[in-house]
Amino acid sequence: MKEFWRALRRNRLAVVGGVIVVILVVLAVFAPVLAPWDPNRPDVKTILEDPSRRHPLGTDQLGRDVLSRMLYGARVSLAVGFVSVGIATAIGIVLGALAGYNGGSVDGFIMRLVDLMLVFPRFFLLLAVLAFLRPSIWTIMAVIGLTGWMGVTRLVRAEFLALKEREFVVWSQAIGASGYRVVWRHILPNAMAPVLVAMTLGIPAAILTESGLSFLGLGVQPPYATWGNILNEGKDTLEIGWWLSFYPGVAILVTVLSYNLLGEGIRDALDPRLRQAAGGFATRKG
Amino acid sequence: MRSASLFAPLVVAAALVLAGCGVERGGADEPVALKDAAPAQGDTFIEASIANISALIPNIANDSASHEVGALIYNGLVTYDRDLKVAPELATAWTFSPDCKHLTFKLRDDVRWHDGKPFTADDVVFTHAAMVHPKTPTAYREDFDAIERIEAVDAHTVDVTYRTPYAKALQSWSMYMLPKHLLEPYVKEGKLREAPQNRTAPVGTGPYRFKEWKSGEKVVLVANPDYFEAGRPYLSRVVFRVIPSQATVFLELKAKGVDGASLTALQYKRQTEYPAFRKAYNRFRYAVNSVTYFAFNLKDPRFADKRVRHAIAHAINKQELMDHVILGLGRNATGPYLPGTWAFNSSVQAFPYDLARAKELLAQAGWRERDSEGYLVKDGKPFAFEILTNQGNDERKKIAEIVQASLRELGLKVDLRMVEWATLLKEHVRKRNFDALVLGLGLGRDPDMFSLFHSSKTRPEDFNVASYANPEVDRLLERGRATCVQEERATQYHRVHEILADEIPVIFLYHRDALPAVTSRVRGVKPSPSGIMYNFPEWYVPRELQRYTAG
Amino acid sequence: MLTYALRRIFFAIPLLLGITFLSFAIIHLAPGEPTDLIQGDPRLEASAQARQLLREIYGLDQPIHVQYWKWLTRIVRLDFGRSFSPDGRPVLAKIGERLPVTLLLNIVELLIIIALAIPIGVLSATRQYSMFDKVTTVFVFVGFATPDFWLALLLLILFGVQLGWLPISGLRSLNWEYLSFWKQQTDFLAHLLLPVVVATFGGLAGFSRYMRQSMLEVVRQEYIQSARAKGLAERVVIGKHALRNAMLPIVTILGLSLPGLIGGSVIVESIFAIPGMGQLMVQAVFERDYPVIMGNLVIVAVLTLVANLIADLAYGMVDPRIRVGRRR
Repeated sequence: MKEFWRALRRNRLAVVGGVIVVILVVLAVFAPVLAPWDPNRPDVKTILEDPSRRHPLGTDQLGRDVLSRMLYGARVSLAVGFVSVGIATAIGIVLGALAGYNGGSVDGFIMRLVDLMLVFPRFFLLLAVLAFLRPSIWTIMAVIGLTGWMGVTRLVRAEFLALKEREFVVWSQAIGASGYRVVWRHILPNAMAPVLVAMTLGIPAAILTESGLSFLGLGVQPPYATWGNILNEGKDTLEIGWWLSFYPGVAILVTVLSYNLLGEGIRDALDPRLRQAAGGFATRKG
Repeated sequence: MRSASLFAPLVVAAALVLAGCGVERGGADEPVALKDAAPAQGDTFIEASIANISALIPNIANDSASHEVGALIYNGLVTYDRDLKVAPELATAWTFSPDCKHLTFKLRDDVRWHDGKPFTADDVVFTHAAMVHPKTPTAYREDFDAIERIEAVDAHTVDVTYRTPYAKALQSWSMYMLPKHLLEPYVKEGKLREAPQNRTAPVGTGPYRFKEWKSGEKVVLVANPDYFEAGRPYLSRVVFRVIPSQATVFLELKAKGVDGASLTALQYKRQTEYPAFRKAYNRFRYAVNSVTYFAFNLKDPRFADKRVRHAIAHAINKQELMDHVILGLGRNATGPYLPGTWAFNSSVQAFPYDLARAKELLAQAGWRERDSEGYLVKDGKPFAFEILTNQGNDERKKIAEIVQASLRELGLKVDLRMVEWATLLKEHVRKRNFDALVLGLGLGRDPDMFSLFHSSKTRPEDFNVASYANPEVDRLLERGRATCVQEERATQYHRVHEILADEIPVIFLYHRDALPAVTSRVRGVKPSPSGIMYNFPEWYVPRELQRYTAG
Repeated sequence: MLTYALRRIFFAIPLLLGITFLSFAIIHLAPGEPTDLIQGDPRLEASAQARQLLREIYGLDQPIHVQYWKWLTRIVRLDFGRSFSPDGRPVLAKIGERLPVTLLLNIVELLIIIALAIPIGVLSATRQYSMFDKVTTVFVFVGFATPDFWLALLLLILFGVQLGWLPISGLRSLNWEYLSFWKQQTDFLAHLLLPVVVATFGGLAGFSRYMRQSMLEVVRQEYIQSARAKGLAERVVIGKHALRNAMLPIVTILGLSLPGLIGGSVIVESIFAIPGMGQLMVQAVFERDYPVIMGNLVIVAVLTLVANLIADLAYGMVDPRIRVGRRR
């Protein structure tokens, strides 16, 4: 464990990423305290004002303070990222493990399920679900999560298929370790590396997906702010309201970068093979 | 490494600042200073269209894009002139019997279809047959169903008899006439949609002939040299370019990629004020024949109480709402009638913004106590409801947000829900499954509001969404329909306007303005109450300024 | 191996049936029907009649399994039916006129991404944690994080309006028919340039990171160290041995991207006014144009199953660790 932290700390980029993620989470959690204005209150006298001391990030088309909306929006964007990817990853790990470990008809069934989900137009599913259920942050997170597990499943399954044949697994089974134990203690940790990569790309992808949904009118309902929908509203005023596009865009960018750097750093630190070789051949400046 | 993460935002910032400076390299064509350069034929007019058209026979299409294009290809027997009065088009004269049942048209004898065949009374009779045929999927059949008998007295005279006195008879003949010699077999088999005239080769009598339709890309029309009204239009070609994104449309406008487009309120007020734009484009502003409204579901006992509705109306500052949503580019609405039209009752007053009065009225209705969050409660339950509107409509979204904020001050807990259009219609509007709605309504040319406010129209398929029932209004609407004398109808509708403005089953918010921009090289554009397109065939570009001369 | 492949193909048929039936059912369960959108003037009650008429024409008044059966019997004859929108054109015609553009855009994008991602991935891996690695890392993630429509509009403002170098929207200039052959090609390319740039910029991250990751893993393997020990030049070691093995997962991913090639990004298409598959499908969904939705779905389903099969077989053939099919 200590080795892990040491390896991680050595990776400067990952540390930067991690610090930024922590800052974002803190900002999001303390948004109600930090926000200077009510994020949802329209004010006709201050439509599209330039950034000023009163409104450090400017105001939007309804006169609402952008800084406050960004702070509250951080909560939604981060939550959407965490929860939906959490759901997708959890489903993916379970299904992938089942498929990879058991093989045979279980594997076949699960992979065909994956095919079905890949074929089915996700947009349509979103529409259908959002029509039936009250569209809220939760339903959007659920839908993004429920339609995004296919990649993780494949990854985990591939790892299981590969690792299943490895000696230490066969050994453990030979000495009578139960299947569950084998999975939990031996296979899963090794399978985690690609899953982590998938997650680090997945969290920001979920944030961007929410933004894309806002573009189509299907995102989080008004008046609640998300970085995605502030950005979307800003596209019609790129020239006279550049702050509406600039700040959320930068925020998304920074968040994505941070998650990815942190995630990759974690993965590099976790992977025993990489760690081992870190002092050796890999750093050859060829 | 650190600098790398700052690099990208800096580039972005630079680009945005450049954009904000509005440095124009394209420059304005210096238009020749003469305002009255002589009319000349030629040039192409490129109009930006947000949506793709869905069909080339507008009678069976429901979207405005198809009708916009269809208006240039086809004609009706009558049309609306610049003052919104009924004017002759394919018909030269008509007589409407005093009992409002008998209508006779005299048709022009110099009209030819785009394929050369003459237009005759048989085509009129055929169009009626097509519109009422059970297998024709048109939403506009009602006016034609009311016809009891129609016959072509001779090649240029048509006799129409209605079953009952029909007020809308004359107006209904602004519907586009269809060619019998081409479409009859398709109508008979119920395959009008599949006729080539609907897809690739429409044939009409209008100022422009069809050239090409690339679905999702463009529609190209060319001038009809045999157009009956003053010969061929000046502009040689019209191209409708499909550009789904409003932001891109504006960019094309600035880069002179399109000649005509609709501006949003923000673009009109804040982004088109600079000299180069004013030189290159003329902007126009006129009232659109529509109203945006906030509807109550009167089946909800809270809203059935008139005091509650009045309270809510007093709590909405309409002027501020208009300033917010459309930057003031519209007119306050007090009823479903457009100001300036004959059905509009100018003595009807709007609800003043009066928060104190609103609270008083609610108190009278039993809403006095407040809970810990400040919301009004009655019998332990807070006054909470949901406003629905359709996704993808920025204007309605803003209205909903502002109403929500205004009502919060009153002490009402309002939630918003944007529902996708088809779902909204099916699951909520038709099933009356809503608390309140924000929607818009096209007012059409005739002010008959029967389907919207008559008590018989509260069934699921009908459009009396508020479920409003008032016997006096019923009588007035019935009488308004049954006579074709405008003054009599006006009396009924003025009274309806009064009652609706008092009972407010629906809070009428505003009538929006249309904000088209047209390239300044085009002359002859004359804004009027009916807009700017009514005299499109008379638009021209002076020879020296013509831009598109190929083809 | 062969038996495995045959078995997969054999099972593909009921699978396809299952997928299409489930999709058909879900699509029809979503609230709203295509006929609900026939509004015309909402004050006209004839709308209700028109709706009913259309329901009958479309067969929407029949139970779901009957509708499905009807649809199925036509599909097997490759009759995709007619669109429900007022132009009533055959579904294949509608898809056929949009597909080429989307395919072109996607293939060009894919080729560029591969051409860039492989060298970036390899170089980043062999020079892990170097300046190059860090800069490219940040660069590709910036591309990934930038929302498409934002970048598109910025580029349009810069290159389309300010500098006037590139056209803003559409596929071709209006006077395209009158241009010489070469001018036509350059005009077309000029219109496609920005959409491709926007799409590529965002898509680079995934591939290049996977390439990097894969390369990193391979380089650690013993056979690489033994190749080095044998005295082979580094370039041969990397270029010949490592690269070939690192490409494996990439090939798989490539194969799996195949069905995605016929899908378009509605955001990019909307901003650039490109009539592609993305807009067609989104519009079809909003209009509940079932034949078009199902038509596209069938094509994607077939492509997906084929691509999956090929990818699994290829991976199984190349990677000896994985046994496809039970051999115990």
